[in-house]
Amino acid sequence: MATTYQVDKTVDAKGQVCPMPIVTLAKAFRDLSAGQILAITATDPGAKKDVAAWAEKTGNSLLEMVEANGVLTFYLKKV
Amino acid sequence: MASPVMITREIDARGSYCPGPLMELIRGLKSALEGEVIAVISSDPGSKTDIPLWVQKSGNELIEIESLDGGAARFIVRKHVRK
Amino acid sequence: MFGHTAQDKQQQLAPLPAPAEATPPATANRLAIVLFSGTIDKLMSASIMATGAAAMGMDVEIFLTNWGALAFRRGDYTSNTRVSADYADYRGTLLEQMAAKKVTSWMENLEGAKEIGNVHITACSHTMTLFDLQLSDLEPIVDEVIGVAAFIEGARDSAMTLYI
Repeated sequence: MATTYQVDKTVDAKGQVCPMPIVTLAKAFRDLSAGQILAITATDPGAKKDVAAWAEKTGNSLLEMVEANGVLTFYLKKV
Repeated sequence: MASPVMITREIDARGSYCPGPLMELIRGLKSALEGEVIAVISSDPGSKTDIPLWVQKSGNELIEIESLDGGAARFIVRKHVRK
Repeated sequence: MFGHTAQDKQQQLAPLPAPAEATPPATANRLAIVLFSGTIDKLMSASIMATGAAAMGMDVEIFLTNWGALAFRRGDYTSNTRVSADYADYRGTLLEQMAAKKVTSWMENLEGAKEIGNVHITACSHTMTLFDLQLSDLEPIVDEVIGVAAFIEGARDSAMTLYI
């Protein structure tokens, strides 16, 4: 059960095939202010590790990843 | 505006393909004496990036680049002038 | 014997280009790709690598040579459906699946990569000359035409260099 987050922005990347999910993520993050939380959904299996790697590399915070019915939802906080 | 430079040797490498003109310049400078000036005429677009870069890295002096008719250029290089 | 004459001086004098403007300074945090191929399977692969690297904050340097350069001629990508000859039997499936799964094209991937990261795309002077091409004959996503030495210099310190 996911913790309830105060999500500032939601992005739908379902159906997008690698590498699009992290491109969509990178673009969406540009518009965020520090401290804001983004929720992004994806169906691409590669996104699991890609999003985690991206978050670590860019110094942003991956709060949680939830998987349900083939849909991945990532909660990220801009640092 | 630079005063006229005495060119020791000019190599016309027009029609030669990258990296041909650069090779001609390198060969020309190898057999030149310190301070001598080698000019290479090139019609290869790649020379515009390659020659200045090589000259800078190799410690020689790029005196000037003259645009010529037909898209060619004359690269004038002095051998090993220490600043 | 070879001196400048007054006649020579009438030629237009080009300003000296700063070598640094030819290619960005070489950094270890870079992916360099020599893109030799022009089939869509390989263009797709190259574009995904470039996009992944750009997303991960790496500089990306793509050097288009031979068929890779031709694939970037203006408008060519809209009709290019070439696949590697060894896998000609998979061509139909590949094209079907790309359409069915709404996969972003290799050109779209590269455009996205340029948008989110530092991607520099250059075309090989040798190829351009062989096929009588100017920079203006290529898609605007290509930044400049360079020679091999400039590419090598830009790629020599790269963390990763790929030949596709």
